[in-house]
Amino acid sequence: MLLIILRRLGQSFFVLFLVALISFMMFRYVGNPVDNLLGQEATVEQREALIEALGLNDPLFIQYFDFVTRVLQFDFGNSYRGALPVADMILERLPATLELALVSAFFAMFFGVVMGVFTAINRRGITGNFILSSSLIGVSLPTFLIGVLLIWVFSVELKWLPSFGRGEVVELGGWTTGFLTVSGLKSLILPGITLGLYQMTLIMRLTRAEMLEVLRQDYIKFARARGLSERAVYFGHALRNTLIPVITVAGLQLGSIVAFAIITETVFQWPGVGLMFINAVFFVDIPVMSAYLLLVGTLFVMINLIVDLLYLAIDPRIRDGQLKRQER
Amino acid sequence: MTDILLSVRNLRVVFPHRHGDLVPIDDISFNVKKGEIIGFVGESGAGKSMTGAAIMGLIDDPGIIESGEIWLGDVRIDQLDAKRLIKIRGKRIGMIFQDPLTSLNPLKTIGDQLVETILAHLPVNADQAKRKALIGLEEVGIDSGRFNAFPHEFSGGMRQRVVIALALAAEPELIIADEPTTALDVSVQAQVLELLKKLCRERNASVMLITHDMGVIAETTDRVAVLYAGRLAEIGNTASLLSSPRHPYTRGLIASTPSVEHGDISTHLYQIEGSMPRLDALPTGCSFHPRCQDALPRCRLRQPEVINESVACFLYE
Amino acid sequence: MSKGNSLMNRFYKSDFFYDFRKSPVTIVSFVVVLALILLAVFADLIAPTDPFDAKSLNLFNGFTPPMEPNAFTGETFTLGTDDQGRDLLSAIIFGLRVSLFVGLTAVILAMVLGVSLGLLAGYRGGWVDSVIMRAADIQVTFPSILIAMLIFGIARGLLPPDLRDELAITVLIIAIGLSEWVPFARTVRGTTMVEKEKEYVKAARLIGLSGRQIMLRHILPNVLSPVLVIATITLALAIIAEATLSFLGVGAPPTEPSLGTLIRIGQDFLFSGEWWILLFPAATLLALALSVNLLGDWLRDTLNPRLK
Repeated sequence: MLLIILRRLGQSFFVLFLVALISFMMFRYVGNPVDNLLGQEATVEQREALIEALGLNDPLFIQYFDFVTRVLQFDFGNSYRGALPVADMILERLPATLELALVSAFFAMFFGVVMGVFTAINRRGITGNFILSSSLIGVSLPTFLIGVLLIWVFSVELKWLPSFGRGEVVELGGWTTGFLTVSGLKSLILPGITLGLYQMTLIMRLTRAEMLEVLRQDYIKFARARGLSERAVYFGHALRNTLIPVITVAGLQLGSIVAFAIITETVFQWPGVGLMFINAVFFVDIPVMSAYLLLVGTLFVMINLIVDLLYLAIDPRIRDGQLKRQER
Repeated sequence: MTDILLSVRNLRVVFPHRHGDLVPIDDISFNVKKGEIIGFVGESGAGKSMTGAAIMGLIDDPGIIESGEIWLGDVRIDQLDAKRLIKIRGKRIGMIFQDPLTSLNPLKTIGDQLVETILAHLPVNADQAKRKALIGLEEVGIDSGRFNAFPHEFSGGMRQRVVIALALAAEPELIIADEPTTALDVSVQAQVLELLKKLCRERNASVMLITHDMGVIAETTDRVAVLYAGRLAEIGNTASLLSSPRHPYTRGLIASTPSVEHGDISTHLYQIEGSMPRLDALPTGCSFHPRCQDALPRCRLRQPEVINESVACFLYE
Repeated sequence: MSKGNSLMNRFYKSDFFYDFRKSPVTIVSFVVVLALILLAVFADLIAPTDPFDAKSLNLFNGFTPPMEPNAFTGETFTLGTDDQGRDLLSAIIFGLRVSLFVGLTAVILAMVLGVSLGLLAGYRGGWVDSVIMRAADIQVTFPSILIAMLIFGIARGLLPPDLRDELAITVLIIAIGLSEWVPFARTVRGTTMVEKEKEYVKAARLIGLSGRQIMLRHILPNVLSPVLVIATITLALAIIAEATLSFLGVGAPPTEPSLGTLIRIGQDFLFSGEWWILLFPAATLLALALSVNLLGDWLRDTLNPRLK
């Protein structure tokens, strides 16, 4: 048990090391930091001085070490555009992204599981099949198109909900929140649905597939043969066994939600880190890109780790180390 | 006849398929008397398990009972709706499956699974149900201290004991045991069978024991039904059927079973030529005729009926 | 009976064709995909105008609604025009060409890369296998669209600014291709590991065939049907990825607008009431992505029921 946890921790650190390495390589080799900081007209002396100051003549592993040290102190350098510290930019924009992700995750998880269970139980019903077919449209609809269509219907035609921005936000000790004002909450609805819809269909299809798989198991047949009611079979036996893989995947999807927030934030001009990243890609603002990569990379590694540990806690077979998780 | 518990009349189960329907059970009739242990023997695919599933109303999709009747006492159970079926399953008919590893929900303790079964069928409160569950565990020889253990903490033989306790929890009149010992170690097979037999005798419950093992049949059952390719080949008292089998298939089956008592385990065993036809390629006439040494010309043309509720073969007409 | 004829006969009688005929949804998707591909291939012949020819554009034609004559010039356009007076139908047909081209080439790139790495990992085993599959493990923890964006951003950083637009399509193909190789590699590796233990491969090795010959001639044919399934599903993903990147403004350049670019333009005119500039490209993209997805789903169920 302890060994499994230690091994997972080791893996996580290795991935973090790789992510940091890629960020460092971007920082160091993509676009010339000296040109970017000084502009084309600088003299050779100025350039030499800056190269020395940035430590670009040091051996590579020392540069890498310095880079990691700075990152651990939350110093990602300055943006090429506007010369603001990247760390400040991120801190200012992170609450917007996290609140959006939270709303979407709840939306996706709740409706995904409910509809997945419903379609699995009513496999032959018309409603179930209708939901299932429309879910394929949901998977085929690119996120940005969902956003644009929602804006069209609810902002342009019906004028019910705002089409861009966070609305009024309240500042709570360095954290800005849209949860406390009516306009803030209204602003969350459309982006929240846009971002969550794809994950919802995914969770729904997965829940349905897992549920159907579980319902084929012998212990379900035995539970039926024992005369348990359909309700007890579905919710007492099948649901719990279904939820374990669903939670794993849904947890892993949390990372995707943060990543897909890039798209939603662009559609709704949501002032989060995703919008910041896409602007950085467009203007080749390397420090911002590499900082975003580090941030998201760390987030993904953490989520993976937590989900794995959670998995350990839920399934008694794994808890006792009897059943190893299959090699992924 | 009041001593008949279960009566199956001309049962026919069909799986619709685009190349023609598959018929895993075709025109099978038999009775199960109160308190008796009746064996069902045959090769895999002969229709043994499907018969059990049909009685329980647990045939997998898209199979259906196309014709025939199943009577439990004076209730016809093959057409019941889900609500009434639940009151039969577990309560009046218990079922034991082949693989104890997969029969139990891995995420629930055995105690929970017992209690929920008892609560589903008997008019008791949670405390009484728990007490009853503990008694049930004791009866199958499991220490009551393991009430809160998960299935994976038991060995295969112990798990099958749990399964038996579950099947008997609501005191059913009939137990359908589908290959209950096939997945177990040889050393514990006899114990588990003995336990099942003892508990059912105590309760005067009938048992349908489905197996492919003639040895188990000989040791455990009062009567035996031989199935071949979805049809009943022969049915009768175990002792007389084993000593004087009539259907050529039964004869072959018995001749091909090693007998330890006669000390000839190492000698060459009889083999029935060929193999049982697949459901999608049944021959015309008696489905055994291609392998039968005594086949008559008409065996190729017509299916023999079961004569005198004992054997389906033209040799005895 | 000629050989071709009997082959056709066998095809008509096969389960594959039977399943196809039994599924009207699949037939419709197939027809839609085929029609869209033909439109894209013969864009020059079919499109009423050349949307890239600046001389033929008339700004007075701008914002013409579909099927209505323009107030100034009296010209009528089937699907209307955009702000520049560009015929939307032509723009969509050419945009479709860009989208399909990027999607298909990206999938081919991903397939070649994934299949090669999968074969290599499965056949060689050992550290080669570990390195490739570890890399795959790490890559799939991140969504492919994020990886594609990152590769796109890095490539832009490495290119001199004047080449950025010119090579944008190539960069886009590479970015999407590199982000989708993992499913191919995993499937191929699995099959390869099973196949290489079989007698005929051992026999082939005994008679002295090289590893590459064995992989290409003996193992590769066994993985074709799962690869086809994955390729179809990946095509839908690649088309969506391309559209997304172009919509975000980090994909196809303004000089070669894809469907995603057209939707980006259309979004700007939503509030001013010119709905058609958005709707028609969006509907085309949806039809394309949905049909490819449905075909992929059907192929998966038919060819490979175990692959879920």
